[in-house]
Amino acid sequence: MKDNKNLAHHFNSYKDQIRAEKIGMWLFLATEILMFGGLFVGYTIYHAEYTKVFKVGAEFLNWKKGAINTVVLLFSSWTMVMSIYYAQKDQIKKCQMMLGTTLVCGFLFMFIKYLEYSHKFHEGIFPGIYFSYTGSAFVEDLPLYFSFYYLMTGLHASHVFIGMALIFWMLIKTYKKQINSSHYMPLEYVGLFWHLVDLIWIFLFPLLYLVE
Amino acid sequence: MSNYLNCKKGLFSWLFTRDHKRIALLYMITVFSFFIVGGFFALLIRLELFKVGETIVNSAFYNQLMTYHGAVMIFMVIIPGIPAFLGNFVLPLQIGAKDVAFPTVNLLSWYCLVIGAFVTLTSLFLGGVDTGWTFYTPYSIETGTAVIPVVLGAFIMGFSSILTGLNFIVTIHQLRAPGMSFFKMPLFVWSLYSTAIIQVLATPVLAITLLLLVAERVLKVGVFDPAMGGDPILFQHFFWFYSHPAVYIMILPAMGVISELICAFSRKRIFGYKALVFASLGIAVVSFFVWGHHMYVSGQSEWAGIVFSVLTMLVGVPTAVKIFNWIATMFRGSLKFDTPFLYALGFLFLFLIGGVTGYMLAVLPFDVHVHDTYFVVAHFHYVMVGGSIMGIMGGFYYWFPKMFGRLYNEGMGQLGFALIFIGFNVTFFPQFILGINGMPRRYADYKAPYEALNQISTVGSWLIALGFIVAFTFLLWAMFKGRKASANPWGAKTLEWQSSSPPPHENFLETPVVTKEAYE
Repeated sequence: MKDNKNLAHHFNSYKDQIRAEKIGMWLFLATEILMFGGLFVGYTIYHAEYTKVFKVGAEFLNWKKGAINTVVLLFSSWTMVMSIYYAQKDQIKKCQMMLGTTLVCGFLFMFIKYLEYSHKFHEGIFPGIYFSYTGSAFVEDLPLYFSFYYLMTGLHASHVFIGMALIFWMLIKTYKKQINSSHYMPLEYVGLFWHLVDLIWIFLFPLLYLVE
Repeated sequence: MSNYLNCKKGLFSWLFTRDHKRIALLYMITVFSFFIVGGFFALLIRLELFKVGETIVNSAFYNQLMTYHGAVMIFMVIIPGIPAFLGNFVLPLQIGAKDVAFPTVNLLSWYCLVIGAFVTLTSLFLGGVDTGWTFYTPYSIETGTAVIPVVLGAFIMGFSSILTGLNFIVTIHQLRAPGMSFFKMPLFVWSLYSTAIIQVLATPVLAITLLLLVAERVLKVGVFDPAMGGDPILFQHFFWFYSHPAVYIMILPAMGVISELICAFSRKRIFGYKALVFASLGIAVVSFFVWGHHMYVSGQSEWAGIVFSVLTMLVGVPTAVKIFNWIATMFRGSLKFDTPFLYALGFLFLFLIGGVTGYMLAVLPFDVHVHDTYFVVAHFHYVMVGGSIMGIMGGFYYWFPKMFGRLYNEGMGQLGFALIFIGFNVTFFPQFILGINGMPRRYADYKAPYEALNQISTVGSWLIALGFIVAFTFLLWAMFKGRKASANPWGAKTLEWQSSSPPPHENFLETPVVTKEAYE
């Protein structure tokens, strides 16, 4: 790959720069995993302690909606990859289409999440002290399960939102002709982030919706 | 000659700089400013403890003083102190690079520190905070004071630490000068590398812990609240999973500085280079498995206590390896007792006491006896001040000619050191005795038999303050008026001394090619 205007002054070659950026990005992803790791550890501890409560809690959730969201995110990971593929081939129109589809998937995910949240709120299932559900399925310590539900899906949703903002930024970059076959790395990095967000959901879905 | 200090002018050329050397100086200003603030809190604490009974502040205000002293000194001074200030300046120079890998991220991390510090200190105007810097639940959930801004501030400052660590790892992997293999890197670089691993892997856990604490206060989610089925001890586990490795974020880079100082002022090659490298990495690895030693009396199982006790003692091995190697380096060297070397010797003396008392605290029955007493306070300060602050000051004096192209006043440097060193021992050694005798930490008052030793301790704090006033005054003066320094005033062997003092904008006029071993 020949050197170009995207080369920062302190690197010898664009190839070196890309390698540095990639290591940096993977390290950043490691920090994300460790941050979510705290919640996963907390979940594991309380799941061991309140196994029955977590089972009751999971029955409140609509696994079909969760499954749809899983499919939506998996599909969006594929479109994300395809956008990079087309950028590498200089087929920017198709690249934009794929990025646009990824963004739409993001919106779809958030919309379904919104439906789920509002359904819970409607039943009085709020996080923490605002929990006011008193229906027949109530068991002691149920609010704790939903604390984890809201914390984990909430932190995840905030990452989906950040990912969408980044994808939108990439879309603008393609319109400004800043993405092409010799400079498509920003797309790769956003893609890595998006896949991580996807991956975390793949763990959240069975832990929260399907847990026995 | 054009150098990094005079190549661009104006305030904005500093606030938006991407040059690692200028960013290092921004950190210098920030870190030392907060050091003065945190030191001021410490002086007030000691002043209140001068006499039995309530003297200058009431106990509610005292609790805030000790909280802010801890939070400011930990999050704003010692954690960024060596990596972000000295490391930023020296790391690219020592490996022959033009800059760090991500200069913009480097600047961003300084802004994270400043913004985080600002958010933290807004709490001063919202009624202050009185939880101690550890924010233990359940008190931190129940207290009516402004916990949220402090916690959010620490969260933001955590990003500063993560970004610096990430930047350093990539820099060390990708930007070494031609010929500089990993085992030709100076030991300071190795210590920064070990530190960076901890920064990147441990700090995110603090981030989630602090977010959970905020959620706990705003929504009462119950994760740490027994009333809702949660567990307050889980907070301690999470907190120390970060904060114990964080202790090594504070001490490892200081050890790196000491390696440089001892090598340069003994005029010898370092003894046991590889052993020192692996000791640094070893400490970084072990640091992740010792957090439970903060919780011997918190209700964790006895077996966990025993395991953590043994693992904690393991830290002593690489640490001792380092100390023996340093002593062996000095053996038959032609020692030159300049100020930086005095700080290095101060480090050896104080850190040895801090380390050995740390070992004592790792022993379960002894720790149960002195838990939450002044013995722990004294141990902690011997490690943090005797270790990290000695490292910062020694490193600052050592690289001062490189940073500003000027020499500091040697006599005044030594006077400052003498006052700080003596003052430090006068302040903190009596606290070991107080602790053994059972004086609990974090209280605004104490019983009459403890008074005499407390008064000695307070007098010591004045000596420390005087020492720092002397040191900073003459350093500030030397920055602008000191004698011009040559490129290599110490005759040191590492790469940064091959560049002019102060270095040009991109560090080296020609990229250096490394053929020799480190320190050869």
